[in-house]
Amino acid sequence: MTELTSLGVKDIRDGVAKGDFTAREVAEAFNAAVAEAASLNAFIVTTPDHALAAADKVDAARAAGSELGRMAGVPIGMKDLFATHGVQTTAASHILEGFTPRYESTVSQKLWDAGAGMLGKLNLDQFAMGSSNETSYFGNVTSPWKKAGSNAAMSPGGSSGGSSAAVAARIAPAATGTDTGGSIRQPAAFTGICGIKPTYGRCSRWGIVAFASSLDQAGPMARSVEDCAIMLGAMAGFDPKDATSLQMEVPDWEAALNADLRGKKVGIPREYRMEGTDQAILDSWEQGKAWLKDAGAEIVDVSLPHTKYALPAYYIVAPAEASSNLARYDGVRYGLRDLPDGVGLQDMYAATRAAGFGDEVKRRILIGTYVLSAGFYDAYYTQAQKGRALVARDFALAFEQCDVILAPTTPTASFPLGSMNEDPLTMYLNDVFAVPASLAGLPAMSVPATINADGLPLGLQIVGRPFDEQGVLNAGLAIQQRAGFTAKPEKWW
Amino acid sequence: MSNYRIQGATGEWEVVIGLEVHAQVTSNAKLFSGAATAFGAEPNAQVSLVDAAMPGMLPVPNRECIRQAVRTGMAIEAQINAWSRFDRKNYFYADLPQGYQISQLYHPIVGEGSLLIEADEKAGIEADKVIGIERIHVEQDAGKLMHDQHPTMSYVDLNRSGVALMEIVSRPDMRSPAEAGAYLRKLRAILRYVGSCDGNMEEGSMRADVNVSVRKPGDEFGTRTETKNVNSVRFVMQAIEHEAMRQVDVLESGGTIVQETRLFDPGTGTTRTMRSKEDAHDYRYFPDPDLLPLVLEEDFLAECRASLPELPDAKRKRYVEVLGLTPYNARELTAEVETFARFETLLAETARATGKDDAAVATQVANWSLSVAPGVMKALGDEADLANATAAAQAAILAMAERQEISGGQAKEIFEIVLRTGRDPNEIADSEGLKQVSDTGAIEAAVDAIIAANADKVEQYRAGKEALFGFFVGQTMKAMQGKANPQVVNQLLKGKLG
Repeated sequence: MTELTSLGVKDIRDGVAKGDFTAREVAEAFNAAVAEAASLNAFIVTTPDHALAAADKVDAARAAGSELGRMAGVPIGMKDLFATHGVQTTAASHILEGFTPRYESTVSQKLWDAGAGMLGKLNLDQFAMGSSNETSYFGNVTSPWKKAGSNAAMSPGGSSGGSSAAVAARIAPAATGTDTGGSIRQPAAFTGICGIKPTYGRCSRWGIVAFASSLDQAGPMARSVEDCAIMLGAMAGFDPKDATSLQMEVPDWEAALNADLRGKKVGIPREYRMEGTDQAILDSWEQGKAWLKDAGAEIVDVSLPHTKYALPAYYIVAPAEASSNLARYDGVRYGLRDLPDGVGLQDMYAATRAAGFGDEVKRRILIGTYVLSAGFYDAYYTQAQKGRALVARDFALAFEQCDVILAPTTPTASFPLGSMNEDPLTMYLNDVFAVPASLAGLPAMSVPATINADGLPLGLQIVGRPFDEQGVLNAGLAIQQRAGFTAKPEKWW
Repeated sequence: MSNYRIQGATGEWEVVIGLEVHAQVTSNAKLFSGAATAFGAEPNAQVSLVDAAMPGMLPVPNRECIRQAVRTGMAIEAQINAWSRFDRKNYFYADLPQGYQISQLYHPIVGEGSLLIEADEKAGIEADKVIGIERIHVEQDAGKLMHDQHPTMSYVDLNRSGVALMEIVSRPDMRSPAEAGAYLRKLRAILRYVGSCDGNMEEGSMRADVNVSVRKPGDEFGTRTETKNVNSVRFVMQAIEHEAMRQVDVLESGGTIVQETRLFDPGTGTTRTMRSKEDAHDYRYFPDPDLLPLVLEEDFLAECRASLPELPDAKRKRYVEVLGLTPYNARELTAEVETFARFETLLAETARATGKDDAAVATQVANWSLSVAPGVMKALGDEADLANATAAAQAAILAMAERQEISGGQAKEIFEIVLRTGRDPNEIADSEGLKQVSDTGAIEAAVDAIIAANADKVEQYRAGKEALFGFFVGQTMKAMQGKANPQVVNQLLKGKLG
């Protein structure tokens, strides 16, 4: 049975379809693996029955000779930011502890419709705010990876840290993530897996607890480019319930995967050579160039001159939207209510929100409230929107000279939990390479490249034109084939 | 110019008024959700997941609400902004589930327009006046708190939460309570003509925020106050009167007006402070990131324009110029949708029944609609079954009158019987003997008899006392029991008296 948990999405789907094993066997194997891995704290709740029920349905469909969905028989982890019918949905916060939606997010519903099952709800940074998975009300997620010669608990990245840890630890073949400013790509890079944030609007946001609406995008996290292509195909599509949803056909990304990059140009942004970037990261970037050249691509230098404004703009726009999006958690209709004796409405708000939100969430609500305040709006929010527009224009101009952009995903490898808590700014800097593509709404992917001297994975990032997930996946596949990344964490849990 | 002035101790004061009218858009569904909008449903029976602001829920604009706002803008000949955007107005209150209202601060869907209020001497409006309208934007309504259901807690009803409102913002162009009243009535009429709002102020479908300031004529604008949520035309006028007087009192006793939000108390007709500028919220408006800018296509705009009905000003003009009605009648008939609808139906029926043009019978139908018929109905009170007042029945009466078969008095009598019984007017006229005698022979006999019996008066008349003509008419009518055709009577008398 241990064999089964080493399989990814494609192999499980194909194996179930061929009858090499049943979907139930797969679900049972992963349920068992999840149960064994409690020390990773990757799941907030587990839902073995959901996984089994979905598996039984697939097995029955196969027995009946019905057509099977593109995720048939694949049990996955669901980031606890997606509303799941009848299953607690918390965004890793106390304020939503015990909240059980009577609705299902569009993306999760599409996955169930495609034959996937749910192993459980994955831990994350609270309201997806964080880059290390240390802001969850339900405790840190611990990466399955260890630094060579150290037993320190490592960060799985964030905010989709439960997702990255689970997939890297082989307790889930794949998981959903959401990416607002790197929350899929950075944890994928930290844990040696793949993750793609599609073009803004590809995946419906309906039923995903909102962080920053103009940036939030769902995407798959899995151990191969193929698996990401398959799962993204199941997640994407126009949704009339999301006004920002793209009204476009979803291409068959899996079928069109092609690592032959002849005739393609890969841009190398010179502004991404930043101080504070690990030498090993820079080396892997050079290696990435060589791999893509080997795949037939031409390497060209490009300039993204406003990159330096990306992080400041992001840390104004995202908190601004969050401060408003999180206003609904007020103790009036659902979730936590803290109503001290004899107090009025305003005191109930204050008590509820003080008790219900963690420090990082409060920090961002305060920042967001400040930048939108009368007298500060133009100096911050308006300026940030200008910066955002310039960053987007940089990409548009660069894509006149190249088809995809290659960059590091992160400036460093994973770090020990607790090591970055002194100054939130140092943590924010970890998303410096990821944030620009988020601001521009572009498809971007992280693919594992290599292992550094400490034995920790490093990722490479590919950013594509709007709607060109295919170009991103193809370049990712070319890297994957050449990197031959087979390292996996030693099981200690 | 309005002559409305407040006489203060220091002289005359002029009142400056601007109105922000919130009009509920007529639509089956809310602005950003599919929930129903009917008035009077059980609390929280019309609440979707979006309206309750459940986690992860998203707004999607309701095309019909947008269409109604655009049509309204077109009806006030306003600029329609093909590109507009929604903003969030952020504040915490228990009736506001999202913690923000989706509105349009920076880029409203409708820009500059205007509305005409007509001269009305009785109300002190001396001449027609154009009132500027700055903008119309669409926004969500909030829910409702109920404070009387529990000793220590308030209940929340979210049925109204998310219902589409148009906020129609006037320029500070009004100078008297009467002008404000006329503006509101005209606006209400336009909304009802267009069908974009039912204008029902009692049910809260239309309510006004009243901005008032005072100044010495010729001075700059004074500091204004805003009285919130006034829900009838009469109350708006009362609120202005009271607020203007209050401001004059404050200024004349050496005080200053504080820019503030006030509440109107319909019980006392007065206003009181709700919150001052210092307590004003910082609403932290910013573009709603859940919604893309609203872009209106040319086809959509063309459809909106094509769907507009004849509007009050055009209709009034047509009634005067084409139908030949008096300006007064035209104004009265076009003031309300129900009134003109009844009039036009009856006009068509009457034209058909008489075989004449609309214009030939319009004055008769207008007089009937505005004074005769309402008079009869009012006199009958509860005895009248208004369902019997069909256009066909009334047209039949009007046609008989037009053909001189019945007199004005007989028309009323017949209508009375119609209202009571629903019987056919022609049958009533025949069987109740309610028809004029136009038979010259019978009338001539009566005239001859009266002339013979009043030889002295005939003498006096012929000597020049023309006022006696009425006496002869009266005597003849009396002899004919009121049923003689007065025109025939006049004609015969004139001939015989010489």
